[in-house]
Amino acid sequence: MAALRPRRRALLRLCRAFSSGGCQLAPERGGERRDAAPSRVSRFCPPRKSCHDWIGPPDKYSNLRPVHFYIPENESPLEQKLRELRQETQDWNQQFWANQNLTFLKEKEKFIDSRLKAKGLELRAESGQKATLNAEEMADFYKQFLSKNFQKHMYYNRDWYRRNFAITFFMGKVALERIWNKLGLKRKKTIN
Amino acid sequence: MNIIAKRSASWVGGCVWYLERRALQESPRRFLHLLRNVNQQWVTFQHFNFLRHMYVTQLNRSFNQQIKPKPEPVPSPFLEKASLDEAKTEIYKMRPLSPASLSLSRKPNEKESIELEPTPVIEGSIAVGTETKEEKQWKEMKLRVDDLPGILARLSKIKLTALVVSTTSAGFALAPAPFDWPCFLLTFVGTGLASCAANSINQFFEVPFDSNMNRTKNRPLVRGQISPLLAVSFAACCAVPGVALLTWGVNPLTGALGLFNIFLYTCCYTPLKRISIANTWVGAVVGAIPPLMGWTAATGSLDAGAFLLGGILYSWQFPHFNALSWGLREDYSRGGYCMMSVTHPDLCRRVALRHCLALVAMSAAAPALDVTTWTFPVIALPINLYISYLGFRFYRDADRKSSRKLFFCSLWHLPLFLLLMLTCKRPAAQGDAGGPQS
Repeated sequence: MAALRPRRRALLRLCRAFSSGGCQLAPERGGERRDAAPSRVSRFCPPRKSCHDWIGPPDKYSNLRPVHFYIPENESPLEQKLRELRQETQDWNQQFWANQNLTFLKEKEKFIDSRLKAKGLELRAESGQKATLNAEEMADFYKQFLSKNFQKHMYYNRDWYRRNFAITFFMGKVALERIWNKLGLKRKKTIN
Repeated sequence: MNIIAKRSASWVGGCVWYLERRALQESPRRFLHLLRNVNQQWVTFQHFNFLRHMYVTQLNRSFNQQIKPKPEPVPSPFLEKASLDEAKTEIYKMRPLSPASLSLSRKPNEKESIELEPTPVIEGSIAVGTETKEEKQWKEMKLRVDDLPGILARLSKIKLTALVVSTTSAGFALAPAPFDWPCFLLTFVGTGLASCAANSINQFFEVPFDSNMNRTKNRPLVRGQISPLLAVSFAACCAVPGVALLTWGVNPLTGALGLFNIFLYTCCYTPLKRISIANTWVGAVVGAIPPLMGWTAATGSLDAGAFLLGGILYSWQFPHFNALSWGLREDYSRGGYCMMSVTHPDLCRRVALRHCLALVAMSAAAPALDVTTWTFPVIALPINLYISYLGFRFYRDADRKSSRKLFFCSLWHLPLFLLLMLTCKRPAAQGDAGGPQS
C-alpha cells in the first residue's frame, strides 16, 4: 500500500501535533487499529485536552457510528480490558454490517438486472434513468435475502447479546472501581 | 364520570403536547447556553465568528497552514446542522488562536486550496481538506445534565409510553368500580415507569439494528448520547419503583401484570423479532396487557370486561403494525428482522383485515358483557366500518398507498374508539343515572 504511506506519515504528524500532553492517542497503535477495520480509515484525532470518547458520523457502509476511545494516563487493567473489548466489538460489528449491507446492495442489483432482462427491458430507459422494479416485485428479493441470511443473523444475534452484556457488565465494574478509588482517596486525605 | 374520563384523556394529550413543545423550545435555549459559556477558555467569541466562516485545521504548531473555507450559506452559526442539539458540541476544544492566524488571508474563489509553508506534510494536506467536514461531525461523548431529560425521554420512547398509559387509563375508567383518584394516579405513574423501563431495555438490545434502519437511527444509544450502562441503570430505576408502586400501591395482580409485561416485551418480543414472525402476536399481547392492568387496578380482578378490552387492543395491533411494516420491508430484510410483511405478505394482509373485522365484532360484544350500553356499537360502527374498508383495500391492493392509509387511520381510530366506549360506559347497577362519578 505504497500510496497510503505518505498519507499515514501526515496523519501521524497530525496526531502528534494534537497529542502532546493530555490526549494520549498512541498513534502507531491507532494506525494499526484503523487499518484493521475494513472500511474507510477515519482520520479523526480528538483535541488535546479532551478526556472523553468521541463518536463519529455513521459509517458509509455499516451505518454504525465509530467511537474513538480515550486512553487515560492512569488506566487500570480493568479499564483497559473494557476499552479493548469495546474496540474489538466495534470492529467486529463494523465488519459484519459493512459486509451485510454491501452484500445486500450487490444482490439487489443482480436481482433487478435479472428481472429486467427477463422482462426484456433495458437496464436504463431511453431517458438515461436507471430502471427499477416496484416494491411488489422487490418483495420476492426481500424474502429471499432474509431467508438466505437467517442462520448468519442467528449467530450474530447470539454474539451481539453476549458482547453487549459483557461490555455493560464491565462498564459497571469500572464505574464501581472508580467510585471505590475516589472514596479511598478521600479517606486518605481526611486521615492525613 | 364522562367529564373525568375526558379530563384525563385531555390531560394525557396535554402532557404529550407539552413534551413536544419543550423539545422545540429547548433548541434556542441551548444556543444561548453556548453563548453563556464564553467564560470558558476554549470557547471565545472570536472562535464563534471564526468558525462560522471557516474550518481550520492546524497542521503544525506554527499556525501557518489553513484549509480553504467552504462558504456557509446559513447566516447563524451551527444551524447548518440538522438538529440544534448537536450545535453545542460542535465546538472542539481547540487551542486559542493567535490573532496572527485569524488575519491570514483567504482566497475566497478557490475551492479547497491550501496555503502551505513548504513542509513535508504537503502530500497529506489535500486529504485533510475533505476530512475536516467529517471531523466536524465527531462529537464528544460527554453527558450534559441539561440534555439528560430529552435523552431519557427518547430512550423511554415517551410518546409510546404516553399511549400505553392512556390505554391503561381507559381500562381503569371503563372498569365497573367507583373512580378512585389516588388509585388512578398510582396506576398511571406505575404503568408509565414500567413502560419506560421496557422501552429502554428494548433500545439497549437493539443498537446495531436501530443504526441500520431509517426509522430508528436517531435513538440516543445509537448516537452515543448515553452509555449502555446508564440506559440499563435508568431502566432499573424505572422498573423497580414502577412495579413496586403497582404491587404495593395498587394491588399485587396489577404489579404482576406489569412485571410480566416488561418481561414479555424485553425478553420475548425483542429477541423474537429476529427469529420468527410470531413476534407480532407476542407484541400484540404486550399491547393488550396495559388496559388489563387498568381494569385490575380499579376492580382487583380480571373479568370478562377486562379481557374484552385486552382483546380490542390485541386486535388493533395488527392493522396498525402490519400496515406500518409494509413500507419497511427493505429495512427489515437487510437488518434481518423476521416480519410477516417480508416472509408471508399474504398472511400479513389477511391478518390485518381479519382483526379489523374482529374489532367490529368486539364492539358488539361490549354491551353484551355489560361494559357499555347498546349505543356504543351503533355509534362506533362508522369508524369500525371505515377501518375495515381500509383493511380490505390493503388486502386487495397490497401497495404502499393503502398500507399508509390503514396505518394513519389506526392512529386516530383507537383513541376515538376508546373515547366512545367511555361515553357509553354502562352506568353502575344501583340505578344511578350514569352521570359523572366523583
